[in-house]
Amino acid sequence: MPPATQPAMILKEPGLAPDARRAVLDAIEPRRALPGALLPILHAVQDALGYVPRDAVPLIANALNLSRADVHGVVSFYHYFRSEPCGRHIVQICRAESCQAMGAVALEAHAKATLGVDWHETTRDGAVTLEPVYCLGNCALSPAVMIDGDLHGRVTPQSFDTLVAATRSGA
Amino acid sequence: MTTTLYVPRDAAALSVDADAVAVRIAQEAAARGIDVRIVRNGSRGLFWLEPLVEVATSAGRVAYGPVATRDVASLFDAGFLSGGSHALALGVTDDIAYLKSQDRLTYARIGVIDPLDADDYAAHGGWTGLANAAALAPADIVAAVTESGLRGRGGAAFPAGIKWKTCADAVSEQKYIVCNADEGDSGTYADRLTLEGDPFCLIEGMAIAALAVGATEGYVYIRSEYPHAFRTFSQAIDIATQAGWLGDDVAGSGRAFRLHARLGAGAYICGEETSLLESLEGRRGQVRVKPPLPAIEGLFGKPTVINNVVTLASVPIVLARGAAYYRDYGVGRSRGTLPLQLAGNVKYAGLVEKAFGLTLRELLYDYGGGSASGRPIRAVQIGGPLGAYLPASKFDTVIDYEAFAAAGGMLGHGGVVAFDDTVDMAAQARFALEFCAVESCGKCTPCRIGATRGVEVIDRIRAGVDRARNETLLRDLADTMIHGSLCALGGMAPFPVLSALDHFAEDFGARQ
Ligand SMILES: Cc1cc2nc3c(=O)[nH]c(=O)nc-3n(C[C@H](O)[C@H](O)[C@H](O)COP(=O)(O)O)c2cc1C
Ligand code: SF4
Ligand code: FES
Repeated sequence: MPPATQPAMILKEPGLAPDARRAVLDAIEPRRALPGALLPILHAVQDALGYVPRDAVPLIANALNLSRADVHGVVSFYHYFRSEPCGRHIVQICRAESCQAMGAVALEAHAKATLGVDWHETTRDGAVTLEPVYCLGNCALSPAVMIDGDLHGRVTPQSFDTLVAATRSGA
Repeated sequence: MTTTLYVPRDAAALSVDADAVAVRIAQEAAARGIDVRIVRNGSRGLFWLEPLVEVATSAGRVAYGPVATRDVASLFDAGFLSGGSHALALGVTDDIAYLKSQDRLTYARIGVIDPLDADDYAAHGGWTGLANAAALAPADIVAAVTESGLRGRGGAAFPAGIKWKTCADAVSEQKYIVCNADEGDSGTYADRLTLEGDPFCLIEGMAIAALAVGATEGYVYIRSEYPHAFRTFSQAIDIATQAGWLGDDVAGSGRAFRLHARLGAGAYICGEETSLLESLEGRRGQVRVKPPLPAIEGLFGKPTVINNVVTLASVPIVLARGAAYYRDYGVGRSRGTLPLQLAGNVKYAGLVEKAFGLTLRELLYDYGGGSASGRPIRAVQIGGPLGAYLPASKFDTVIDYEAFAAAGGMLGHGGVVAFDDTVDMAAQARFALEFCAVESCGKCTPCRIGATRGVEVIDRIRAGVDRARNETLLRDLADTMIHGSLCALGGMAPFPVLSALDHFAEDFGARQ
């Protein structure tokens, strides 16, 4: 059972802007009756907002009759879910073995140096968040990179720069 | 007259610009007033040739590749629409040696059909296995799968028929079929190819499993790293449901089977079957203690068959052609075919579906063409991040579950990652434990703590600190992890480390 104080809390969720709150409720409503609804809801929230705001946790917990700790525990367990906003674009570089065998280590160093960030960080202009990923299923065309869900193969430091520049300029 | 062309829509082909090539071809055809129909097929799995463009000609489908947008005009000039010669011409697709010599059973339709055209699927032998199964008693379906010798292709190689029988024998109002499409092993992409290139084949296999064990609901758990596969597969479910292959009356059997696609969230451990079930139920993906087996108490506590994509996608051909047809491929206790996935530093990386029995060397050199860099292949990791690194002296090992185990390796999901002689095996050993530390579900100490300690010990060895003592420490730690871990993540992560120490000791610095 959720704590008794919870229904009152959701009436005025301090941290969530009205739009974000609506997005969270829209993510919850069509999915709350699904068996094992939590992951589908978290995906929908992250798809809508780019992350799962901490203040969304009580709303989700309440809808699914879970404790906040349960929901928070799930959000924090999975690498894919983020609790903080990220850059406008997400660049994932594959760190796994096949890509290593084809130069991913050098690509990773190049990316960090040119973007001026480490893993999980966002460039100062807010454009790009850099994330490691362990295999994109594109191992026959290693090294592989995914940018905003689009896959790229045989990525070299040069083609990486071109891809990032195109992403930044919205191309 | 309309000419039919094929430009793959597989994510790997898209990763090297297949969409742009398709657009360019359409533009060029329009500009020249030529009528073309462009089918977006899956990939044939010959990735160094992607984007591989095919043209339907009177001589059959002919291939050109790898095609870049800048090649398109010259292809038209060369008359490629009637099979004209060009620097990128590869001849009749089915005659390409890499493809022709394979045993494409599970992957017979991959790259051939439009993945979302259920009629095209039917025209290429699809739905026959399900139609046959619908006319059989459930026990006879299970018997066919058992007799085929099909073993799980997700890693553990457990006989599929035995698993199905356990679930079929369990008494319950509700049973489930779950497909493990988490495909977390580096160097593997066979599941992805099926999800994107022949999704109805997996749907058919799952529906057959449902009829066999009496399940009415199914889930496919697809990793979040495969957004493209998730979209394609979700569409395929809708199409198959509309066509009556799924839903309230599966293939006219009078029995229901509803299928749902679910997205993972970037946790390697969720490929482990009980962790996957936890995740489907909406929890942290922590491994469950077995028993109970999922076949008896699985999803939401109900009897559940959980199988890998390739396992389930191999079922339709067993039911369509008979158990003996499938079993006649292979050697020893490894029956049928294995879709091997060549990756890493090889010249010709791609899907090689072959009957068990070829050697690793044949795979690496006859198919792979040796290294991409032109340097000697020094080490090969098979079976994903928990697989041992094999040195050249083991390249004559036969691809067969038992032979690989005897050589200190494992076939796992069939991923084969080659490294040339520039590889630093101490760095690879370190990575194996770093990965284990990142992906540990945290349930048991040897894995959670051991992996982190192991990384530190390897760092000391690599820094030249007290090599002999630290190697002993590392081997002790590996032993603790192997014997004290609840699941194979902690229990097998030491294998790449130990194999690196055993076969490539020189990379760890001099022993004092
Ligand atoms: C750490 C770990 C990761 C695994 N990852 C996968 C995976 O990504 N895909 C898969 O099919 N099986 C994976 N397995 C094996 C599954 O636990 C299970 O054996 C398999 O889903 C059973 O299906 P099968 O019999 O058809 O192979 C993994 C096992 C472990 C211990
Ligand atoms: S070995 Fe590791 S991943 Fe497996 S149950 Fe233990 S802590 Fe979890
Ligand atoms: S290892 Fe990088 S895509 Fe598979």
